[in-house]
Amino acid sequence: MTIIDKLLGLALVLLAGAAMFILALPSSSLRFSKKARKRYKPTLRPLPAFQKLRRAIGLAIEDGQGVHLSLGNANILQANAASALSGLSTLERLAQLSIVSDKPPIVTSGSGSLAILSQDTLQAAYRSGSAMAQYRPDLGRLTGPTPFSYVAGTMPVIHREKVYTNILVGNYGPEIGLLCEAADREGTFTLAASDALPAQAVLYATAQEPLIGEEMFAIPAYLKAGKFHLSSIQAQDLLRWVLMIIMVIGALLKLVQTLFGISIL
Amino acid sequence: MRAPLATAFAISVAVILLLGSFLPVPLLQDVLQPYLLGSAVIVGGVASLIGIYNLLSVHVRKLRTPKAGNLYSLFLIIAFVVTFAAGLWFTPSDARFQRVVTHIQVPVETSLLALLAISLTYTSLRLLQQRKDRMAWVFVISTLIFLIVTGGYLSALGGNGGGGFAAFFNTLPLAGARGILLGVGLGSLTTGLRIVFGADRPYSG
Repeated sequence: MTIIDKLLGLALVLLAGAAMFILALPSSSLRFSKKARKRYKPTLRPLPAFQKLRRAIGLAIEDGQGVHLSLGNANILQANAASALSGLSTLERLAQLSIVSDKPPIVTSGSGSLAILSQDTLQAAYRSGSAMAQYRPDLGRLTGPTPFSYVAGTMPVIHREKVYTNILVGNYGPEIGLLCEAADREGTFTLAASDALPAQAVLYATAQEPLIGEEMFAIPAYLKAGKFHLSSIQAQDLLRWVLMIIMVIGALLKLVQTLFGISIL
Repeated sequence: MRAPLATAFAISVAVILLLGSFLPVPLLQDVLQPYLLGSAVIVGGVASLIGIYNLLSVHVRKLRTPKAGNLYSLFLIIAFVVTFAAGLWFTPSDARFQRVVTHIQVPVETSLLALLAISLTYTSLRLLQQRKDRMAWVFVISTLIFLIVTGGYLSALGGNGGGGFAAFFNTLPLAGARGILLGVGLGSLTTGLRIVFGADRPYSG
């Protein structure tokens, strides 16, 4: 990476951070006119998958049935950790929602660090909801440390633990198809998302409600996890426009260079 | 505020690592970043051990509960104890130990892969029954096209022309893949920034 690449990267990160921070501020603290404040109401576009997810979680809580959250087998020290972090944010909100339920959510993960973080997240949610009696460390469990052993260990959870809703969010390979197949056999609702392209292709064919691309990172926002989640979705939209403009300018400069031999950068 | 010390520590480490990735400051890149990443690797290793303990404790608890299928947990525990003892005795780098483990693990995973292939074929056939929208048709047609293109039939039949056609079709998914990956990258960035801001704290139990 050249110094220009690094500075561009830092500028993008700072822009994202600033956008998230400003958009998370209450609109009353921004110097907008009343009319502008009225117009500035951050909303999320309706996605049927999330509407069905909220309904499925609600039904599971009402019926006292289980919700299973699978965090995949991302390594928290590698670049694919963001998918697992998104899963953990989902878990926090899910635990808050299911505090009133008799059956707490079951979380499976494919790495030791994720299993510990899932236990921690559950514990924090139950502590803040004054429902520590419901918490058990085995609610967050490692089911297998390699991709296929993880799937082999998770399938019995789907089949035997009276699960009504399956949420699969994290880093997976094509083996996620086996989990979707198991959920389908049980007739349960399945929402699935992965940051890996092969898994997304498999999910499109096998999952009831697949999420493609960055939709995975929007799950906590759609479950109303907090204003920072909402602002991060808006920041993503803003950054997407910035990137599109940069790419178009880059392509035009390249075209000018090819046609006229003028090197601008 | 939940766990203020842990939050402050996590934010400080995140900021140091983030700046070290972009700014050419020797203190950040040569001293702090390697130290913090090295420590994280050790913590990750310990976490894996705790995870294995967690896996075993879940299966021991299952064995205590009389339920159909729970007996399989006994096989898992026996296999673990034997593998662990052999690993301690021979050390994990021993060729004989590696051969035995690989000769058990690879066939099991291959059979799961075979199961996945059958499952995917069956689901692909059912796709148009389950999804009756335009995108399902696009998915099925593009899958069929790319099965033919990547199968090498065109280049075998059409000589150079067929090869060129195949190369053109092979570049098409790249554009889509890059678009999806850009979205995933932006999502990862904002997820990481939520940790830096202390908005997400999965470590505060």
